Amino acid sequence: MNTHVLNSKSRNSKVLNSRTLFKIAKRLGFYALTAIVLVYAVFPFYYAVITSLKPSSDLFRMELWPSAPDLANYATIFSESSFVRAIGNSVLVAISVVLIALLLGITASYALGRVRFRGRTTVMLTILGVSMFPQVAVLSGMFEVIRALGLYNNPGGLILSYTVFTLPFTVWVLTTFMRQLPMELEEAAIMDGATPWVTITRVFLPLMWPAMATTGLLAFIAAWNEFLFALTFTLTDSQRTVPVAIALISGNSQHELPWGPIMAASVTVTVPLVILVMIFQRRIVSGLTAGAVKG
Amino acid sequence: MTSTVSDNSVSDRPASDSAGSLSTSHTGYRGTKVRRQRVRAAWLFLTPMLLSLLIVAAWPLLRTFYLSFTDASLSDTTGGMFIGFENYLVHDDGAWYGLLADPIWWTSVWNTVYFAVVSVSLEVVFGIIVALLLNAEFKGRMLVRAAVLIPWAIPTIVSAKMWAWMLNDQFGIINHLLMLLGIIDAPLAWTADADLSMWAVIMVDVWKTIPFVALLVLAALQMLPSDCYEAAEVDGIHPLKVFFRVTLPLITPALMVAVIFRLLDALRVFDVIYVLTSNSTSTMTMSIYARQQLVEFQDVGYGSAASTLLFLIISFAVVIYLYLGRRQLGVEQ
Repeated sequence: MNTHVLNSKSRNSKVLNSRTLFKIAKRLGFYALTAIVLVYAVFPFYYAVITSLKPSSDLFRMELWPSAPDLANYATIFSESSFVRAIGNSVLVAISVVLIALLLGITASYALGRVRFRGRTTVMLTILGVSMFPQVAVLSGMFEVIRALGLYNNPGGLILSYTVFTLPFTVWVLTTFMRQLPMELEEAAIMDGATPWVTITRVFLPLMWPAMATTGLLAFIAAWNEFLFALTFTLTDSQRTVPVAIALISGNSQHELPWGPIMAASVTVTVPLVILVMIFQRRIVSGLTAGAVKG
Repeated sequence: MTSTVSDNSVSDRPASDSAGSLSTSHTGYRGTKVRRQRVRAAWLFLTPMLLSLLIVAAWPLLRTFYLSFTDASLSDTTGGMFIGFENYLVHDDGAWYGLLADPIWWTSVWNTVYFAVVSVSLEVVFGIIVALLLNAEFKGRMLVRAAVLIPWAIPTIVSAKMWAWMLNDQFGIINHLLMLLGIIDAPLAWTADADLSMWAVIMVDVWKTIPFVALLVLAALQMLPSDCYEAAEVDGIHPLKVFFRVTLPLITPALMVAVIFRLLDALRVFDVIYVLTSNSTSTMTMSIYARQQLVEFQDVGYGSAASTLLFLIISFAVVIYLYLGRRQLGVEQ
């Protein structure tokens, strides 16, 4: 009788063992997959950072940690006035684009999100259509407009041309946010005799700050990263934005690119973005999904 | 196209109904004066935005269409002569000339389509896997989600440069690793070799845009009802079957949105390719081709013709996609 009890006990524990083993294996597989995704996402950036910290003599030695890190590459790029100018231009262009897009976007989104009028669907469709068409399609026409306005080779031309992709997007996302605000607020304002302008500035604006921060951030990133217009509508080093400046860094020959300074410049322009994204992670996700899933 | 988009975007929302009720059904006690004031204000508020779009979108687009029928050059775009369809196709002295007879144009069309289809497919598959991963409960999930966002935040130019360095034929870490593992014997010229360069471009694009697809899918996953999953678990249905029978159909609408956004982006791809492989024919896309004609060869007429065709191809893709999408959704209902 004693043996019988023992037997059944050991069989039980065996079953348990294989089940827990399976569970552990599943868990391990899961964490392994997570680790792979993590390395895949982060490694290229990490590798750029360590490359940027290497002196040029160490550049071609494979290692996962720079043996003698120094900031010589950063000193090189910041001693070049054209790169510093490019950062200034990028900041100027991106901030102006964000302000214009938000100013025009908030009023337009009130009209589109809160008022029902004839032609609203047409306007929404036009905006959607503009947000879809390729930048190259307006390249020659835009070139003419910019030159006619005397904005060629000038950050002003970029500010104007970036509106073509930031504005539709901003209006679209702000409209979806505007729609979600409760009706009672506006009814109360109308009861009190507030005009639409007062309704926007006093009632909606305070509530729209989170949405405006999100769309502003997304517009900032889009303007900061833009390349095609920036490459085409500027000519001299002093007027370029950062992406163009980086793309055009060249060495003595095609095969001798100065990788250290290129990586230092890349890290310099990326770190602010990565920090912004880390801080506003939640907002960015909600902005992207509002622009896409609900749109 | 018109009715599909308006169905989804305008009339489907509860909030828009309440916005409508303010101006229509309540007019009895509120009077039409308020309503008229609101409509007038709405148009007033829209005017600056519409004017801007007119200047930066409608007018340049129309000018591009027009310029494609001229022989204008970059130095003097208004001085071109109207030459009809000669930029597109012309029969002269027993041979065909123009965009439609240019084999390089057709190569770039094929490259663009190939790039778009392959990269978007890979992004969707990997995007779903990453989204499923992020949807699971585990310690450090927020950290992983933040890390996954990094490629999305990095400017395209920078990611292209980073990968160009990692793919460098002599000193790149990828060749180094592959040789260490014994997969290849000699270093590969990723960006110079005509057979490999398209894959290098696709690799960079996939890396950069998986986060976007993953986030959209994740948002859809988080809105799924949990009760059918509990039921499936009680019934002991295999998780893979649950995924294909329950999850996938439910996230299809979000997936469709992600695919159209990505597809439109991929069809107009420019910067990754410009930085990685420059004007090489083996990776030349329609945007690269059009810009090369416009800016480097200064041939605004011909370049505008290429831009116009790119615009038409993309519009065509959108219409087809929306048509197919609506039919598919209609069948499911």
